[in-house]
Amino acid sequence: MDRKRFVALVGAMAIVAAACGGGGSPKPSFNVPTSVGDGEGALSVLAWPGYVENGGTDPAVNWTKPFEDATGCKVTVQVFGTSDEAFSLFSTNPGKYDVISASGDASLRLVRAGYVQPVNTDLVPNYADIFPSLKNKPYNTVDGVSYGIPHGRGSNLLMSRSDQVSPAPSSWTTMFDPASPYAGKVSVYDAPIYIADAAVVLMSTKPELKITNPYALDDTQFAAVVDLLKQQKPLVGQYWVDYTKQMDAFRAGDAVIGTTWEVIANLLKAETPAVPVEIVKPVEGATGWSDTWMINSKTENINCAYKFLDHIVSPAVNAQIAEWFGEAPANAKACQNTADPGFCETYHASDETFWKDVWYWQTPEANCVDGRTEVKCKDFNAWVKAWTEIKG
Amino acid sequence: MDRLARSLLRLSTIVVLLFIYAPLALILVYAFNASGTSAWPPAGYTLRWVQDAIENTALRQALLTSIEAALGATVLALMLGTLAAIAVTRHRFFGRETISFVVILPISLPGIVTGMALSTSFATTGIPLGLFAIIVGHATFSIVLVFNNVAARLRRTAQSLEEASGDLGADSWQTFRYVTFPTIRTALLAGGLLAFALSFDEVIVTLFMAGGVKTLPIWIFESFRLARQVSLVNVVGLVAILLSVIPVLVASRLTQDSGGVTGARG
Amino acid sequence: MTSTDARPTGNSMRRLAGWLDRHARVRLAMLLAAPMGWLVVAYLGSLTLLFLNAFWSRDPFTGQVVREFTPNNFVEILTNPLYRTVTLRTVAMAVAVTLTCAVIAFPIAYYMARVASSRTKGLLAVAVVMPLWASYLVKAYTWRLILSNDGVLNWLLSPLGLRGPGLGDNVIGLWLVFTYLWLPYMILPLYAGLERIPGSLLEASADLGGRGLTTFRRVIFPLVVPALVAGSIFTFSLTLGDYIAPSLVTTTQFIGNLIFLNFGVPDLPFAAALSIVPLVIVVVYLLVARRMGAFQAL
Repeated sequence: MDRKRFVALVGAMAIVAAACGGGGSPKPSFNVPTSVGDGEGALSVLAWPGYVENGGTDPAVNWTKPFEDATGCKVTVQVFGTSDEAFSLFSTNPGKYDVISASGDASLRLVRAGYVQPVNTDLVPNYADIFPSLKNKPYNTVDGVSYGIPHGRGSNLLMSRSDQVSPAPSSWTTMFDPASPYAGKVSVYDAPIYIADAAVVLMSTKPELKITNPYALDDTQFAAVVDLLKQQKPLVGQYWVDYTKQMDAFRAGDAVIGTTWEVIANLLKAETPAVPVEIVKPVEGATGWSDTWMINSKTENINCAYKFLDHIVSPAVNAQIAEWFGEAPANAKACQNTADPGFCETYHASDETFWKDVWYWQTPEANCVDGRTEVKCKDFNAWVKAWTEIKG
Repeated sequence: MDRLARSLLRLSTIVVLLFIYAPLALILVYAFNASGTSAWPPAGYTLRWVQDAIENTALRQALLTSIEAALGATVLALMLGTLAAIAVTRHRFFGRETISFVVILPISLPGIVTGMALSTSFATTGIPLGLFAIIVGHATFSIVLVFNNVAARLRRTAQSLEEASGDLGADSWQTFRYVTFPTIRTALLAGGLLAFALSFDEVIVTLFMAGGVKTLPIWIFESFRLARQVSLVNVVGLVAILLSVIPVLVASRLTQDSGGVTGARG
Repeated sequence: MTSTDARPTGNSMRRLAGWLDRHARVRLAMLLAAPMGWLVVAYLGSLTLLFLNAFWSRDPFTGQVVREFTPNNFVEILTNPLYRTVTLRTVAMAVAVTLTCAVIAFPIAYYMARVASSRTKGLLAVAVVMPLWASYLVKAYTWRLILSNDGVLNWLLSPLGLRGPGLGDNVIGLWLVFTYLWLPYMILPLYAGLERIPGSLLEASADLGGRGLTTFRRVIFPLVVPALVAGSIFTFSLTLGDYIAPSLVTTTQFIGNLIFLNFGVPDLPFAAALSIVPLVIVVVYLLVARRMGAFQAL
C-alpha cells in the first residue's frame, strides 16, 4: 500500500473511532451472564495442540472425560498450529467454536473483530487462584473489561549446543552479530511476531530509539528493527515453525544457536542419546506467550463454556496440561498437583522476577499499544509484509 | 538400434527406477527405526511407532474421514465426468472444444489457486467449510480423471451401436443402460479408482477447505509439528502407500487407456 | 447385468425418454447442465470471485474484508521488488524442474515404449504409476530426512568428501524434491507419446540414411513435443502452486508460501491478488499448450 494512502486511511479510521468514542473497540453489546446454569450438552473447543487432550494422542492422557462426566457437556476438540491459523479458523467459521485458547497475538484481534465476548470472572471460581501478574493484561482485558481466563505462560529462550558454542551465550546479540562464528547455524522462529524479538534486543543495545514496548513500534523504530533482522538474515540457517524441525536441526548440528521454547530443550535433553543443549533467558529479556481462554460471542453453549473455563484452569487439570505441554501453569495451586514436584520451579511458575522482562506476544496495532498517542505504530499487517521482505 | 544404445537405455531406466524407489524404501526403514530421528544409519529396530499408530484414535478418525471424503468426491466425479464425456463424444455443438479446456482447468491450475478460489466463494456465500467443502474441492479436480477415461473409451467404440439400439426401438435411457453403460463400465471403474486415490492423498486444496475437519493428509501435516507424533508419520506413510497401491493396480489391469493415469496431482 | 428391474417402468418416464430422443438439443442440455453448471458456475465463478477479492482490502483493526474497489494490492505486487524476486524465483524453479524431469524421463519413457517387451512394458508402467499415489506428504517428509545434516545423503557423500545441500537457505534440495515428486507426471505422457509413433516412420528415416541422432532430432522429437508439453503442464503447475514442500526442505520463500501466509493473517484480498500471479502464468501456458496439441496427449 502506498504510504500516503496508508496514513490517510489510518487518519480516517482514527476520526471514525474517535467519533464512536470507543478507541477502536466495539462496545460490548452482550449481556454478561450473572450465573451459570445447567450445561447445554455440547462444547466445541479450538486449542493449541496439547492443551485439551481427550485420549486421542495417548489413552492415558484425557482431561475432557472427567469434565464430560461431571457436566454432561460433550467436548469436541480442534487444534491449530499458529495464532494466525487460529484466527483464520475462528473467523471463517463463525459460531463453530464455543471456546478458544488464544495467545496474546491472536486475542486482541478476536476482541477487536467482536468474535469473543466479555467474561464474568466471578463465575469462574478458580480464577481467584490465578497468578495476579497474569490478570488485567492488555491482551486479555480491554477498557477494563475482562475477555478471558489466563491459562499458562512461557518465555522464548536462547538455546545453544553446549558442545559447540562456548562460552555459553547470555545475550541475544550472539544471534545478530555479523561476525558471529555461528553464521549459517542460527535457528530463528518463522513468524512475523519474531520482529518483536529484534525489538527487545534494540531496547537494550540502542536506547536512543526509545522503544518501551516491542509491540509498539513507530516508523523509525520499526525501520531500525527491520534493518537488524535483514542484517541477521545471512546468519540464519533455519527458520522454524514446526518445532520438530528445530529439534532435528539441533540434533543434527545444522543449527547450534537459536530462539526456542523450554519444552523443545527439555525434549532434546531427554532423548537417548541426550542432545547437549543449554537454554537461557538472555540479559535483554525476551518475548513470550501468555494464553487466554476466551468465549465465542455467538456461542449457544454459554453454560458449558463457563464450566469448561473453570475446569481447564482448576489446579489438577492446569497442572496436567502444563506438564504435558511444557509451560508454566496459570493457577498458583497447580504447583502442588504436578507429577514432578520440581516442575513449577523449572518453569519459573511463581518466580515473578523471571517474568518481569518477558514481553508476552501481543497483536501490534496502529494505535500504539504502549499508550503513545502522538505517533502511529505499525500494525500487524505491516509486520507481516515486513517479515516476508526480511526473508526475501 | 545398436546394442550400445540399447544397453544405455536399459541402464538409465534402472537408475531412474532406483531414484524413484529408494526414498520409498527409506519410508519402510524409518517406520521401524528405533531412534525416531533422521540420523543415518538407523539405530535399531522397533515396533513402537506401529503400536502407537494403532492406538492413536485421532489417526483412526482421520483415516475414516479421508475415506468418506474420497467416496463422496468419487461419486460426484463419476456422475459429472460421465455426463460431460457423453456430451462431448456423442454430440456436435458450438463450444465443444472449450469444454475439454474447462474440464482440465481445475487440475492444471496450481492447487493453491483452486484452494483459494473455492474457499473464497464458500466464505462469500456463507456455506461452512468442512467435509462437504472438501468433497466439493476434490470432485472439482477429479472430474477430468473420469472424463478422460470415459471419453477415450467412447471415442473408440462406434456410435453405430447406440444408433442400432435406437433403431430397434430402445429409448435413450434403455440405450444407456444396456449399450453405453456396459461399454464404459471398466473405464468408469478405472476413473473412479483414480479419483478415489487422488482425493485420498490431496492436501494442498484440502487445507483451504477443511475448516477444522481432519483428513489423513491433514493429520500427517499437523504431525510435522508435534514431537510426540512425528515418528508415526513413516508408519502412516507405509500404510497409505499400501492402500493407494491397490486401486492403482486394479485400475491398470482394467484399462489400457494411459489417459486418466497422468491426470493427478500431489 | 442380470436383472431387468432397473428398467424404468413408469409410462411417464418412457414418454420423457422418447421425447428426449426426438429432441437432441434438449438431451444435450440435460447432459451438460450438471457438469458445466459445476465447472463454469461454481469453479469459474469462484475464480472470478477470487479476482474480485483481489481488488478489495482488509480493515487493519478487525481483519475483515472491506468491499471497496482499490488497485492497491496489485500496485504493491508490481512495485515492491520482493514480489518480483519471489515470482521469478518460483518460475525459474518450475522451469528447472520441468527441464530436469524431461531429461530424466526421456530415456526411461523411450525404453518403455520402443525397446521393452510388452510384458516388461506393463510392469514398468505400473512401477512408474505406483509411487504417484504413495502419500505426497510422506514422500516430501522423507526428503527432509534424506537431506538432513545427519541424513542418508551426507552419509553417502562423506566418503567422497562432499556435502549435500542441506535444509537451509538454498534451493538445490527443493529442486531435487520437486523433480522427484513430479517425475512420473512427465514419464507417463512421454511414454504414451513415444508409443504412438509408428515404427514405419523410424524405419523410413533409417532407410533414407538418417542416423540415430538425426532420426531423433528430425523425426522423434517433433512428434513427442505435444506429449512433452502435456507432461510439463503438470510439472510446471504443480511446482508453481506448492507451498508445503518448500516449507519442509528450505527456508527460501516461494509464491505459494506468501499466498498461504497472507491467507492465514488473514489478509484475504492480498492473498487473492498474489494468487492471480500463478493463475495468469498457468492460463497463458495452457493456452500455448493447447495450440501445440498437448490436450490430445494428456
